[in-house]
Order: sequence, then C-alpha cells, then structure tokens
Amino acid sequence: MSESLQNLSAHLSELFADKIQHSKIALNELTIEVSPQDLLEVATVLRNDVVCGFEQLSDLCGVDYLSYGDSEWDVGGSSFTRGVKREFSFDGDEQDTDPVAFEGKRFAVVIHLLSIKNNRRIRLKIYCDDNDFPLLDSVTDIWNGANWFEREAFDLYGIMFNNHPDLRRILTDYGFSGHPFRKDFPLTGHVEMRYDEEQKRVIYEPVSIEPRVLVPRTIRDDQRFSPASEAEK
Amino acid sequence: MPEIRNFTLNFGPAHPAAHGVLRLVLEMDGEVIQRADPHVGLLHRGTEKLAESKPYNQSIGYMDRLDYVSMMCNEHGYVLALEKMLGIEAPIRAQYIRTMFDEITRILNHLLWIGAHGLDVGAMTMFLYAFREREDLMDVYEAVSGARLHATYYRTGGVYRDIPDSMPLHEKSRWYSDADITRLNKNRGGTVLDFIEDFTQRFPGCVDEYETLLTDNRIWKQRLVDIGIVSPERALQLGLTGAMLRGSGVEWDLRKKQPYAMYDKVDFDIPVGTNGDSYDRYLVRVEEMRQSNRIIKQCVDWLRDNPGPVMHSDHKITPPKREQMKGDMESLIHHFKLATEGYCLPEGEAYAAIEHPKGEFGCYIVSDGANKPYRLKVRAPGFAHMSAMDELTKGHMLADVVTVIGTMDIVFGEVDR
Repeated sequence: MSESLQNLSAHLSELFADKIQHSKIALNELTIEVSPQDLLEVATVLRNDVVCGFEQLSDLCGVDYLSYGDSEWDVGGSSFTRGVKREFSFDGDEQDTDPVAFEGKRFAVVIHLLSIKNNRRIRLKIYCDDNDFPLLDSVTDIWNGANWFEREAFDLYGIMFNNHPDLRRILTDYGFSGHPFRKDFPLTGHVEMRYDEEQKRVIYEPVSIEPRVLVPRTIRDDQRFSPASEAEK
Repeated sequence: MPEIRNFTLNFGPAHPAAHGVLRLVLEMDGEVIQRADPHVGLLHRGTEKLAESKPYNQSIGYMDRLDYVSMMCNEHGYVLALEKMLGIEAPIRAQYIRTMFDEITRILNHLLWIGAHGLDVGAMTMFLYAFREREDLMDVYEAVSGARLHATYYRTGGVYRDIPDSMPLHEKSRWYSDADITRLNKNRGGTVLDFIEDFTQRFPGCVDEYETLLTDNRIWKQRLVDIGIVSPERALQLGLTGAMLRGSGVEWDLRKKQPYAMYDKVDFDIPVGTNGDSYDRYLVRVEEMRQSNRIIKQCVDWLRDNPGPVMHSDHKITPPKREQMKGDMESLIHHFKLATEGYCLPEGEAYAAIEHPKGEFGCYIVSDGANKPYRLKVRAPGFAHMSAMDELTKGHMLADVVTVIGTMDIVFGEVDR
C-alpha cells in the first residue's frame, strides 16, 4: 500500500510539477496541497488520468485553523497552575482567537478522493487565500456528489464556492446567521428559543447558559504513550 | 386563462414515510416529479463541534447517536481513526468481538430497513417480523454493554469488556406468565455466545420467511422494480456507497478491499446487483443479512476457543483494572489522568473508513496534539445518498418518492449530524 502511494506521489509530481505546493505521506495516507487557482485543473486530472483514476469524491469538508495549537492549560510552566486560564467571555473575543489579529491562512478545504479501480485514497488540501472572504472553485462539475458537501462547508464555515449550482445553507435553521463551526463561534451559540406565553409564539433570545469548560484543552508534546507496544497483541 | 401545470408540494418534515425529519419540497407536474429539493438539518445537533470540546473518549457516545440504528458501526469508524493516529491496534480478541458486533449491527440495521421499507410500500407484516429478530439482537447489545441501543461499547484500544459468561434471563412479572418465561428463557440458559449461536442457526430461516413475504410478491415487485435506477457511473459520480453502489453492479466493499478488524480472516461473499434499481438493492441487502450471519457464526467459533485480553494494555490510553487501581499507585495516577484529562493524540490528521451498513462511514480527525480533536469530520453515507434524491426521483410518481427514501436507507441522525 505505501509503495503504491509513493509511486502515485512520484507520478503526481511528474504530472503537476510545481502545482503541488506540498506533498506528504503519513499514516499510509497521501496528502497533497494545491493552491485555489490550480484546484480545478488538478482535480480534473486526478479524476481522468489513468494512473490516478479517482472517480469518487468521498468527502469534502472545511477546517478553520484559527486556534490551531492553542491550549487552555499551559503544561510547560514549572509551577502548578489552576487549570483553565480564564472563563470564556461572551463577546467572542477569546484570548488567542482574535480573527483580526490572526496571521496566515485560516480556512482550508479538505477533499478525500477514492479510486475504486486502483483501490487507493488521496487527500487534497486547499488553503483559501482570503481570510475574510474564503473563496474556492466548486468541484461539483467534476464530482457531482460534491454538491451537498460544498453547501455544508459554506453553511458551517462560510467558505464560498465559485460556480456552485445552488449554494444555500443546508444544516442550520432557516434564517440562521453566522457560521457555527468557525472557531470564534461559541459552542453555546448566540440565540436560544422558547415559546412565549404572552406573545403566543416561539421567540428567539440571547443565550442564558454560561459557557464552561469541563476538561481543559491540553497539548502535551510527549504524547505519554508508547506506540511500540504492538508486540503484545 | 393560462393553465397552471407545475405546482410545489411540501412533504414532511413530520411525514411517517420520511423516516424521521425530512422536509421535501417537490415540484410536480401532475403526479410526476420534476424536481425534488430535500431540506435536511432539522436534526442537526452539531456533533462535530461538540466533539471538539471534549476529550476523545467522551465523544464515543455521540457516535452512537449519529446513525442510531447501527450504533456500534459508528463507534468502530471513530475508534479506528483514533487508533490509526495513536499507532496502536486492539488485541485480536477485541477485533473479533468488533467484527462480530459490526455484523450484528448490520443485521439490526437491515432488519429495521426491511421493516420500515416494507411498511412504507404497503407490506405491514414485515415490520412485525423484523422487530421479532431485532429484539434478540438488542438483548445481546444489552448483555455486553448494558444498553439496548446506545452501547458505547467500543473503546480506543479494544472494547469495554469481554463478552459475559451468562445471558440475562427474563423474570416473572405481571406481564409474563410462567409459560411465557419458560418459552422466553429457553435459549438463554448458556453464555451470551451460546445465545448468539442459537440466533445464527435460527436466522437463515427467518430471512427465508422475509423472502417468502416479499421477493416474489407481486405488489412488492410492482413498487420496487425499475424505481430509482442508478447506473454504475452515476453512482460513483454521486458519491453513493454501500448497497446503493453494489446494487448498481460495482463490486466495492471496504470489508474486502480495505479490510479492517478481522474481515480478512473470515469467509463471506459480497452480493452485487445488475440493474441498479430498488429491487436489486433489496436483494443485495437481504443477501448481506445472510452473509453477516455467516460471519457472526465464524466469530462465535473463534471467540469460544481463544480467550485473551480485549483491551490494549497501555494504561496511558486505556483505564487500568479497578483492583489494580486500589492497590497500585501508578494505576491510580493513570486512572486519574485518564478521567481528568484523557489522552493526547500526536499532531497530524487521519481518515479511517469502515463499511457501515449504509455505506462508507469515515472519520477524519485533525489533531494539534491536544486531548481533544481539533476538527472531527464525520463522512456519513446517508448524506451523500440524500443528495442524490433529486436525480433518483426525477420523472417518477409521487408514490415512488417513498420507495426511493426507503431504498436509500436514510436515517437522519447521520445525515444531519
């Protein structure tokens, strides 16, 4: 499997040369990164080329890298700490996750392709250029199944897709505002709804629940496990 | 006065044939569908966002609630992705248990599908027949995990516990007489494995019964044959997987092609259809039930002869035994760290897919080295199937929409997530 991935990786770098910004084989999976401008061209070849033959799009999803690598509990310090740094604030301006100050590319779209003919998978990663208006070309014409996956990425992350036939919200409520899976969108949301006895209808109000962290997010470099322990199985 | 021809029809969101909360906006020309626009998301709970706020182990229970009729298969996809990133493998016995429960789950799922599909199309009796067998399998779920539906039985590095030695018995109550109790407990005298084996001996006969009711039934065939035809090329284009793909004649099953757990050690066949219509998919799923039964039988035989651990022994990931914890300092620390913080995954990303009863169920995990996922994406087969709804129903009659929903085996827990 991994040998075939290496062959594929070599074949791809021959085909696309410098269009592949980054290529990596990890955990028996091949990931290639391309720029938004090259997406359509690379995707078409990936489907049509005989060696590639990725005729099915398994999955397409958005990722928001805004708070990548942030932890709520600093484990590097020498003294004991209390745990969570401080409570979440409601206005969405959390400590390290200020979208304005964020440098680098925030949104990425990850596409998983499957070749049934060659029995392999590939992961295609595209970072969007503009953090305020992430825009990509739609791959719906190449893989028709991408339609709803792109709608989902638009709904949850606000990533726009050029030439998508029908880019509407899909999972959130009618009339929903915001993109809930963005890292600066609070887990509790912004509004809650209830039935109002006086107005005799369902009304929306600002959320009344306090956001809380039960288990702080902790990053440990040592990982604390021994992957070599496969011998005992 | 111009004649008005096309009109829109609102189907659902609380229609009994919609298998949950599906709202379909249908553009109709008389009784013929011109365009179908499914509105999904009415059951959206933000599972993936919730998972980002919890240590890895605490999200296993959420997986049960995705496709809530094939619970353990969802868990399997998730723990497989975690194990891939951790670089560990579950002990062989745990993998056999997983294989067996994946197949039990497949039968559970297909039984609900055949019952509901039959009910939609007008075969009332099927529902009662299917639920009779489902009851036995849910008792097996209960025996190993304590819960009939949302088991949370699979864990990173194995399964929660070994299969218990005794099958729980029915007790006398105001609902059951002595005669009932004797009848109900007849095959529960032995171990859980005995009970499962007894089931595998009975089950082929049950499938024969379903087939007697449906396969050559004139009404069943009139409603299913040539409805919702998908060509193999279109099926691949639309991202269809599982029985939806095999019904069109594509030989693709992850259990054979990219084996996980113990599927390369057990003997089974993959049925494929020829026409790609609803009837072929029905035949494929019925045969899948028989094949699952075969796999379960082989797993039972293996599990009988081969005792062993069912959990990985690295207590940085799996909790230590209770007795150890009481007497051993290190075990106590391990338990404390697991309970308060969980385990961290190395930085990176992984996609693990399994052959779920409905198709390819994949979990894509991005980790930044923390004890919680940075991003978890669940690739639900039903989501892709649902998006093909428009193409499958175009040109069919209104009544065929119900058949197409049935044949896609839609469950909204996984479509909406």
